[in-house]
Amino acid sequence: MTGYIIKRLFVAIPTILLLIVFSFFLMHAAPGGPFTSERALPPQVLANINAKYGLDQPLIKQLIDYIWGIATRFDFGPSFVYPDQTVNSIIAQGFPVTLTYGFLSAIVAVLVGVTLGVVAAVRHNTWLDSLAVGVSVGAQVLPNFVMAPILVLVFTLWLRWLPGGGWGGPSYIIMPVIALSTSYMASIARITRSSMLEVMNSNHIRTAKAKGLPMRRIVMKHALKPSLLPVISYLGPAFVGMITGSVVIDVFFSTGGIGKFFVDSALNRDYAVMMGITILLGALTIAFNLLVDILYAWIDPKIRY
Amino acid sequence: MKKTLLLSACLSLVLAAPSLAASPKPDEKLADNQTINYWLLDANKTKDPQKNSDVEGSHIARQLFEGLFNQSYEGELVPGAALSYDVSDDKTVYTFHLRPEAKWSNGDPVTADDFVYAWQRLADPATGSTYAWYEELMNVKNSSEVIAGEMEPSELGVKAVDEHTFEVTLNSPIPYFIKMTTHTSTFPVNKKVVEQYGDEWTLPGNLVGNGAYKLVDDKLGQDITLERNENYWGNDDTVIDTIHFQAVNDKNQALTRYLAGEFDYIELPAGQFPRLKEEYPDQAHAVPRSCTYAFLFNLSDKGPEALKDVRVRKALSYAMNRDVVVNNITRGGQKPAYSWTYYATADFTPPVTDYSQWTQDERNEKAKELLAEAGYGPDNPLNLTLSYNTSDDHKKIAIAAQQFWKAIGVNVTLNNTEWKVYLDDLKNHNFDIGRYAWCGDYDEASTYLDYFRSGGMNYGGFTDPDYDAMMKASLTAENPAADYDKAEQILAEQMPLVPIYFYSTPVMVPEDVKGLPVENVLQNWYGKDLYRVAE
Repeated sequence: MTGYIIKRLFVAIPTILLLIVFSFFLMHAAPGGPFTSERALPPQVLANINAKYGLDQPLIKQLIDYIWGIATRFDFGPSFVYPDQTVNSIIAQGFPVTLTYGFLSAIVAVLVGVTLGVVAAVRHNTWLDSLAVGVSVGAQVLPNFVMAPILVLVFTLWLRWLPGGGWGGPSYIIMPVIALSTSYMASIARITRSSMLEVMNSNHIRTAKAKGLPMRRIVMKHALKPSLLPVISYLGPAFVGMITGSVVIDVFFSTGGIGKFFVDSALNRDYAVMMGITILLGALTIAFNLLVDILYAWIDPKIRY
Repeated sequence: MKKTLLLSACLSLVLAAPSLAASPKPDEKLADNQTINYWLLDANKTKDPQKNSDVEGSHIARQLFEGLFNQSYEGELVPGAALSYDVSDDKTVYTFHLRPEAKWSNGDPVTADDFVYAWQRLADPATGSTYAWYEELMNVKNSSEVIAGEMEPSELGVKAVDEHTFEVTLNSPIPYFIKMTTHTSTFPVNKKVVEQYGDEWTLPGNLVGNGAYKLVDDKLGQDITLERNENYWGNDDTVIDTIHFQAVNDKNQALTRYLAGEFDYIELPAGQFPRLKEEYPDQAHAVPRSCTYAFLFNLSDKGPEALKDVRVRKALSYAMNRDVVVNNITRGGQKPAYSWTYYATADFTPPVTDYSQWTQDERNEKAKELLAEAGYGPDNPLNLTLSYNTSDDHKKIAIAAQQFWKAIGVNVTLNNTEWKVYLDDLKNHNFDIGRYAWCGDYDEASTYLDYFRSGGMNYGGFTDPDYDAMMKASLTAENPAADYDKAEQILAEQMPLVPIYFYSTPVMVPEDVKGLPVENVLQNWYGKDLYRVAE
């Protein structure tokens, strides 16, 4: 197992390098640059700015300097659009926020989703099943950009219970977490339900039932673990998706998370910020996929690396 | 041989009574809570006056720093860091007399050296300011050479005569120079602090300003908190204690939060103004904003042959029904435009262009005639492309234009691209007709009219020697208004653009917040001039 993890980590390095190279050239291939604006800058002014940020150098040199900066100083470069900030400072400010509500959303989505799915499967074809399926279908059709305005309307404008935005204590976290977790929760509920139904019909559960084990014990001890396998394979990319997809949360709740900076950096051609966040998300994707593989082996003893 | 000019009668009044800052009327009782929650569309890009290039950033910088002159509620110039100025007989040397009691937020005195440093810094290539060209526009001596790296920043035409006397030398006179000093790029910075902290000097704890407020908290993309600067010369007259900026990138969401009492200033989403004006007549305002919306014709070599014919350009401009655009699409107090310079610009009388006087039916008739004369009609239809960047509002206007032009027999294909791609197309003259908007940097007509000067910034590639001559003459004219009017008439005659509407910003401000300007077309505001009354 340890050998497998080390091997996977070694493969990660060239993967990230490829990611850097591809996104660097794709970014620079996009028309326009960080300093094209509605007002045409006089050529001399533009030349000064390009020189200041090294954008006048050949692309390949810029790329090598960039990678060298990361490797030697862990310096991901300056932001062109936010001159007071560096990529590191933007990530340092935004990522903890994104991670906080992303992580809490993942927990809520898993807890509620798995519970709904299990209840629906165990009480298959009863009103509880219909209710759970109804709730998850309802939640599925409420993506975060619909949820966010509704939540603010209800909890901020009508009930005046929660602040409509910002980032501070727990009261600021509730709405972002609900808005972000809802549709993931629905997917997890549906996946859990169908996988649970399959497991409940399998031989080992039939055996357990025949032995006269109580239902609660069958579900918790024998059925839940194997039926969570598809949920876990869904969770790896879903968690990264929660963090990248957080742009809506950042826009609607003024959280200051990196989701908004990620999208803006691409639109603004803020090359270094866009690269920095891409690398971060790439690394996260790799890490989570590895984590999922490890969890697989832990849950299903048949899987060996 | 210098003569002292008083800015205006109004200004001298202010000089006599400097406590005019925030001035509740006698029957107004101040509220206990003196906090302003101000909405921003985006995360603040920078607080550095020389690096800032957007309007929202300037609202923040204007609280943290103070330039030579400020603007009053109505947009008139009032003394800021400078009390008065002299100008030499040849109008090329301006001497500013700085306010001796002014201090930075760390207690240092504000001196002429601070201005010298800031102005040199703006032009210095090492700063990499996107607004360096503003110093060239101000015509400061040697600014072009410094920007080009041919001279040292120390050779720029600015100097500290003594601790409180700042002198600026221009290449040649420009009549509106003083007005340009309200722009944030000309605001002073504290050399010691900038050099000590480098790029991090604008972080809370590092930033030192000479404005009425100081930076206490700044969370990127979330919020920014400013509190009164007790070292500010006018602090005794300041009423608002805290200014809190928060970014909400969705205007509808901002509106909901405004209605929940979370904001004291928001801009309204397009189309919402008429309804809200009815519901909240005392809170919804359409504030004039110095910007003009237009379609540019590509007159460069890469542009279509048809648009080189002035008759075609006029036909397209005449057929554009501006009333439909402002009454049915934008619906936020915008005004139809038949000329280029913003109508409410100071000391400027909007020109009366011929076609502005006709009815839309007359314009359509004329448009058809002109097209026929130019050889286009049912047998030889004219096909053009109208480009715009992604935005619902631009799209609606483009679709409307497509319909208006179809009515005169012109087939227009719409071409929607993402913002930076669009800008790249404009820059490379890769369009037929392109959506465009221009906003004034200062409250004077030249900020618009310079745009169409040969070698200016205009993406359409329009050049006209008469126009250039008129703009050159305006620089030395005693009263440039006549030249500006002629320049506008040339634009109406040559029609390098379709002016469409003059901007207005539909906003919501609670009734108890007083002093946010609703007349200043640059919408510059100063927290020190605001106050809240008890309800």
